[in-house]
Amino acid sequence: MQLEYFILIDRILDLNIGEKTIQVEAQVPQHNTIFEGHFPGYPIMPGVLLIESMAQTSGWLLLALMKFERMPFLAAVKEAKMRGFVSPGEVLTIDANVLHEGSGYAMTEAKVRVGGKLKCNATITFSHIPFPNPDLRGHMEAMAKRVGFPQQAIAHD
Amino acid sequence: MSSTFDQVATIIAETCDIPRDTITPDSHAIDDLGIDSLDFLDIAFAIDKAFGIKLPLEKWTQEVNDGKATTEQYFVLKNLSARIDELVAAKGAGA
Repeated sequence: MQLEYFILIDRILDLNIGEKTIQVEAQVPQHNTIFEGHFPGYPIMPGVLLIESMAQTSGWLLLALMKFERMPFLAAVKEAKMRGFVSPGEVLTIDANVLHEGSGYAMTEAKVRVGGKLKCNATITFSHIPFPNPDLRGHMEAMAKRVGFPQQAIAHD
Repeated sequence: MSSTFDQVATIIAETCDIPRDTITPDSHAIDDLGIDSLDFLDIAFAIDKAFGIKLPLEKWTQEVNDGKATTEQYFVLKNLSARIDELVAAKGAGA
């Protein structure tokens, strides 16, 4: 997890195109300036970042389903529930599945667990559009390799 | 009015918290009911699920942006209901 670059996901553990599910892993950094303010003497991972981790997990799944032809963007978060604190250094296991694929949008369900215990979950809506430029697509493909995205799931022009 | 309209009106009322009795077949979802594009995604989701179809929102939006169609053709509710009926019929014909 590189919070400075808003990279929340470390690696993809499983990607099932047929079932439209994904599981990823992400370790919360042991030290980060965020924890100096959130909170002094009692550092916990901000809920908004947990939501972002679920959004990024869902995003990788949608990128796979759309064969890297389109880019999903966060549009709405529903029923986000923070069920327990997440501390520095803890390893998140994040699961997401597709709830619905519409025209130009998709909805997912995502869950964050630590040590098997559910920490938060949400229903997330994305709008998606064709990649606005080659640079972004190239960046996402490079990121995909970095997180262990199955290369056969990336379509090539 | 058709049951399709009734279902759509109920979906809109429940999704956007709009009084059901203010929604008529001639209501324009955007201009009259004030539904924005993000809220319309929730409506599209509910319609897709209820009717087992996929509203072609991107195609419609493109047609409107290109001047090939008006928003009234797709977003006045009696017209939207007719589009839904067409999609349901096409799905049945293709099954």
